[in-house]
Amino acid sequence: MKIKLYDIAHSRAGDKGNTLTLSLIAYHEEDYTLLVEKVTAAAVKSHLQKIVSGEITRYELPHLAALQFVCQDALLGGVTTSLSLDPHGKTLSFALLEMEIEG
Amino acid sequence: MKNKVRIGCGAGFSGDRLEPAVILAEKGELDYLVLECLAERTIALAQKRKLQDPTKGYDPLLERRMEMLLPILKSKNIRLITNMGAANPIAAAELICCIARKTGLSVSVAAVTGDDVLNLLSGEELTLETGKPLHTVGQIVSANAYLGADAILTALETGADIIITGRVADPSLFVAPLIHEFNWSLDDADRMGQATVIGHLMECAGQLTGGYFADPGKKEVPDMASLGHPFVDIYPDGKAIFSKVAETSGILNLATVKEQLLYEVMNPQQYFTPDVVADFTQVRLQEVGPNQVQVTGGRGENKPATLKVSVGYQAGFVGEGEISYAGPNALGRAQLSGAIIKQRLSPHFPELRVDYIGSTSVHRTQLGNYPEPYEIRLRVAGKAITPEMAARVGEEVEALYTNGAAGGGGARKYVQEVIGIISILLPRNKVNPTVTVQRS
Repeated sequence: MKIKLYDIAHSRAGDKGNTLTLSLIAYHEEDYTLLVEKVTAAAVKSHLQKIVSGEITRYELPHLAALQFVCQDALLGGVTTSLSLDPHGKTLSFALLEMEIEG
Repeated sequence: MKNKVRIGCGAGFSGDRLEPAVILAEKGELDYLVLECLAERTIALAQKRKLQDPTKGYDPLLERRMEMLLPILKSKNIRLITNMGAANPIAAAELICCIARKTGLSVSVAAVTGDDVLNLLSGEELTLETGKPLHTVGQIVSANAYLGADAILTALETGADIIITGRVADPSLFVAPLIHEFNWSLDDADRMGQATVIGHLMECAGQLTGGYFADPGKKEVPDMASLGHPFVDIYPDGKAIFSKVAETSGILNLATVKEQLLYEVMNPQQYFTPDVVADFTQVRLQEVGPNQVQVTGGRGENKPATLKVSVGYQAGFVGEGEISYAGPNALGRAQLSGAIIKQRLSPHFPELRVDYIGSTSVHRTQLGNYPEPYEIRLRVAGKAITPEMAARVGEEVEALYTNGAAGGGGARKYVQEVIGIISILLPRNKVNPTVTVQRS
């Protein structure tokens, strides 16, 4: 069965220069293991391939039932010089939540 | 020593709402109010304003915020800590004294300076982003080091009612009063780690109390129009309980705290500030009442030997133009106009973006299967060396009226100067924070 991340988790995007950060927080702690298993850095890289050019690093935060993705080279140069309509990449949390996993 | 210190955060960025800080000051029973109003780019723009007028360069909303807050702060004996000094804390302190005099209030204001390190740079410093020497990025307009809690601490020790700074690390605005009240050692890395967790959670104000969180049907936040900003009670052992004024709306729960804890964090185990390398991975959260979350477990290691410096440089101009298409085949007609624009402008603009607002403009691609929107706004942006050249982007978009696809309307055009930001590291001992006290 396909599950959209939006249905089981929430997220906030942040930026540092040209790097995008995306949290992924399970609504219910019992879903955390599924997120750890399915939402790998490689899976996110594949989902966001047209947005994130660089490497994606994943950090696990079991106490928070959350994952943190740090995406390099993702903001068209960064907030001050990007030509993007959303130069901070603030809307991109919902791009991550658009991803579907096998649940 | 107090057995509890209460700090409120009344603003999380320069353009934040004015009213929540007033409510916090009036009803929050605060010891300290913090206003965090300085983003990376804000200080570079402020430096430019200071160059044009040496009496300016502080936050543009300083006067309005202080007119509303000063009488309350004074009557409730709340100390204010803010980075609204931006590029000119001294002029900001003068302005605050001037406002106080007009209303017959006696205040002392301590300005923290020394973050402006433009004169210390050789141009040979290597940038963190590219690894190339600073002089290769172009004309430098500003260089500001992130000062730490130690710089603010000196200002607090003068007894000033108001502490106004330029560039300091955001969490340090909260770390400093804790050291001051509880005599914590700046070298106690775990204490500094927990204090940094507290500061990091507070610094974006409304983002902790349901602002930037709500998603109807999924994450409900009641009555957002009167969203309150947070305060935090901190105890001498470092335990912190986050909450908000009872009369205000919004929500503060495990989910809002988790989103904010991870916000803009590059490595949760190593969160660099001038005060400590903090570790967020052992943080424990507990709901201890309605809209009350207890936070413990922040840790840390050492403090960095260098300070991060944000360098602003001139990066040319951006020209933009927009025009709308609606009804049958709106996206198709917008795409035709987009293709026409690309053909006309690409030879002159190496960096050109064409976005279809309503379809692919903010995620730069389409991720799901969505039916075609009823209306599309075409947006074109290009970078140029001169404002005249940048203006050509908007001119070409406007010309789509009679030279593009059918049925375009509502064209707008803009030109904006671009200040780029790049970072370097500077040895801590090269930077000398200074405190200047003025009285009304």
